[in-house]
Amino acid sequence: MPITLILTAVVLLFAAVAAMSLRNLVHCALMLAISFSGIAAIYLQLNAEFVGFTEILVYVGAVAILIVMAILLTRSGEAPDRSVLTSGWAAGVAVTAMVFVILGWAILNSTGLPPTVTPAPSATVKNIGDVLMTTYVLPLEIIALMLTAAMIGAVIIAFREEEPKEKTKMEDGRWKVEQPSTLSTPASSLQPPASTGEKA
Amino acid sequence: MTTLQICLLTSALLFATGFAGAVTRRHAILVLIGIELMLNAANLNLIAFWRFGPHPELLTGFIFVLFSMALAAAEAAVGLALVIAIYRHKKTSNLDEVRDLKG
Amino acid sequence: MFDKLDQIFVTALHWLVGFLPEAWRPAASSLICIAFILMVFPALFSIVTIFERKGIGRIQNRYGPNRVGIPFTKIRLAGFGQFLPDGLKMLTKEDIVPRNADHIVHFLAPVVLLIPVLLTYAVLPFGKNMTLADYDAGLLFFLAVGGAVEVSVFMAGWSSRNKYSLLGAMRAIAQMLSYEIPLILSAVTVVMMVGSLNLSKIVEDQNQYTFGLAHWHVFTPWGLAGFLLFFVASLAESNRTPFDLPEAESEIIAGYFTEYSGFKFALFFLGEYLGMFAITGLGITLFLGGWTAPLACLQWIPSYVWFLSKILAIVFVFIWIRATLPRLRMDQLMNFAWKFMLPLALINIVVAGIWHYMALLPGWERWLVCSAILAGAYVMFGLGLMHRQKLGTRVYKFAE
Repeated sequence: MPITLILTAVVLLFAAVAAMSLRNLVHCALMLAISFSGIAAIYLQLNAEFVGFTEILVYVGAVAILIVMAILLTRSGEAPDRSVLTSGWAAGVAVTAMVFVILGWAILNSTGLPPTVTPAPSATVKNIGDVLMTTYVLPLEIIALMLTAAMIGAVIIAFREEEPKEKTKMEDGRWKVEQPSTLSTPASSLQPPASTGEKA
Repeated sequence: MTTLQICLLTSALLFATGFAGAVTRRHAILVLIGIELMLNAANLNLIAFWRFGPHPELLTGFIFVLFSMALAAAEAAVGLALVIAIYRHKKTSNLDEVRDLKG
Repeated sequence: MFDKLDQIFVTALHWLVGFLPEAWRPAASSLICIAFILMVFPALFSIVTIFERKGIGRIQNRYGPNRVGIPFTKIRLAGFGQFLPDGLKMLTKEDIVPRNADHIVHFLAPVVLLIPVLLTYAVLPFGKNMTLADYDAGLLFFLAVGGAVEVSVFMAGWSSRNKYSLLGAMRAIAQMLSYEIPLILSAVTVVMMVGSLNLSKIVEDQNQYTFGLAHWHVFTPWGLAGFLLFFVASLAESNRTPFDLPEAESEIIAGYFTEYSGFKFALFFLGEYLGMFAITGLGITLFLGGWTAPLACLQWIPSYVWFLSKILAIVFVFIWIRATLPRLRMDQLMNFAWKFMLPLALINIVVAGIWHYMALLPGWERWLVCSAILAGAYVMFGLGLMHRQKLGTRVYKFAE
């Protein structure tokens, strides 16, 4: 078991590092999808099948697509012209290294870890359902409320309000209409935006 | 090095990667990608301890992870909606340039 | 004797695997099953492409392909050998990749399409005791892996650096995401009534017979509504007409696979049809009884023959719909998913619950109540979608 686990972990980490360091955002998002699949593979090896399938359904099927759509809607599909790192990135890397060193030291030197030769637990769907409906029914209902609120909130935040068009009269009697700039079409990420239209 | 330690080290490394990306990259969406990686690292940690810890038949870590995934998906949705809204307003998704509230 | 015929593949598999040492047997058994699936379903794909062309041709009052039987001979076989020259054509066409395209992503998109689609075949029960991977949460596996196809659609559309491809990809992703929800909710009704996500158990639950008629889920009101919802949603998931706006030739050239030629296009085509078979297979497992026979007297026909015939029957209905119905516009498509199918799927879940609890009353009341609720909801949501539109008799306008 450890050899497949180690291989999956190596692929996963490689994909995660690539997701955070590539210049092209869409490549980052695709690498993120790969790392989600890697994590799902590790869950499957740890006998947590339901969680593994849910991970693919939720993360690869929904969150990765959401990120990709957001990249297209904010027109970030082209290669960036300036540096991709923020100012003060060195401090960030230093803090990260410290965090990892502390975590790694804690993991490798802890003595109270439980033994690893336990038999595979059975997380059948029936058990999950039983537990969800008896012990964890309150968090379930709260999660339902929270998801509804998040859905409504996301729609309201991203809702595009129609801006009023301004008309000005030109010299030869025709009207010139200023179109509101169409920032939200993803196809326009491939070409410069059109700005004015003329109305006879 | 036991299997549990391998899983925990993977989770720690994943967390560090997500954290590094969230803190050093300029683009708002990459910060969100880093946050998703960190959440996944925490979930991996929870499942590893569920699998190798005492009383896995209580499914505590398992259910925790299910709820955490639901929360992460909702948070990604709202976060990305925010990024889109900020882009519409300020025509940039560069976090260095969104500094209206900075003192 | 018919039981032996029914289990002939299982016994053959055990006999083949028996030659190997004990440790290699599970892996070898899986490999043989995988090889079998990889042989049967692409063969089915080639035959279905011919059925499609001939079927659409006949509905359009013309012959389909009827010349190529066995190539290089004069045997016509009514055109059923057409897939051989078609396959050869796809393989030998020049592989054109646009200069600006993102080569790695462009190359990987068809592969990323095929892998999840082929993975979904692992959980389908093709016959009695004939499931490759009988997971406890098999339905969840199918739906999760089927949703991973959207990543490939995006990869194909974005990497081509083509406006039409990108637009087609965005539309296709929006359509697939929107129709996944009624798909999953109509499957949830079945899970609720059977009590398990295991596909073999769902089929076993339908393997009972009263008065000679099987307990298929489609013979109940909630099952019929669920099956119709599942059917329409699977039409949309496979990008078939009337939901094929993302890849229609008269609308957007070919949508997200505009810039693909040769073998990569063949892979997309194969992936689309294999996805269609897989989701049809799931619909049959959930609602139409999987490998069970409809009448008790017909149980002597082997189970895998039933499964295959049901897939062919439903694919025939797909082809029929493709030749008959016009395309839906994008906003009509999205309205249909969110404002009609989603509420109807939710009401179906409630009706299934009512059905279960009304089973305490004997007799026919529950049929009446459940059918009335579903019919009322259908009419109400249909009227809601059709506000301000009047459908009357068609008026033809001819040029004078």
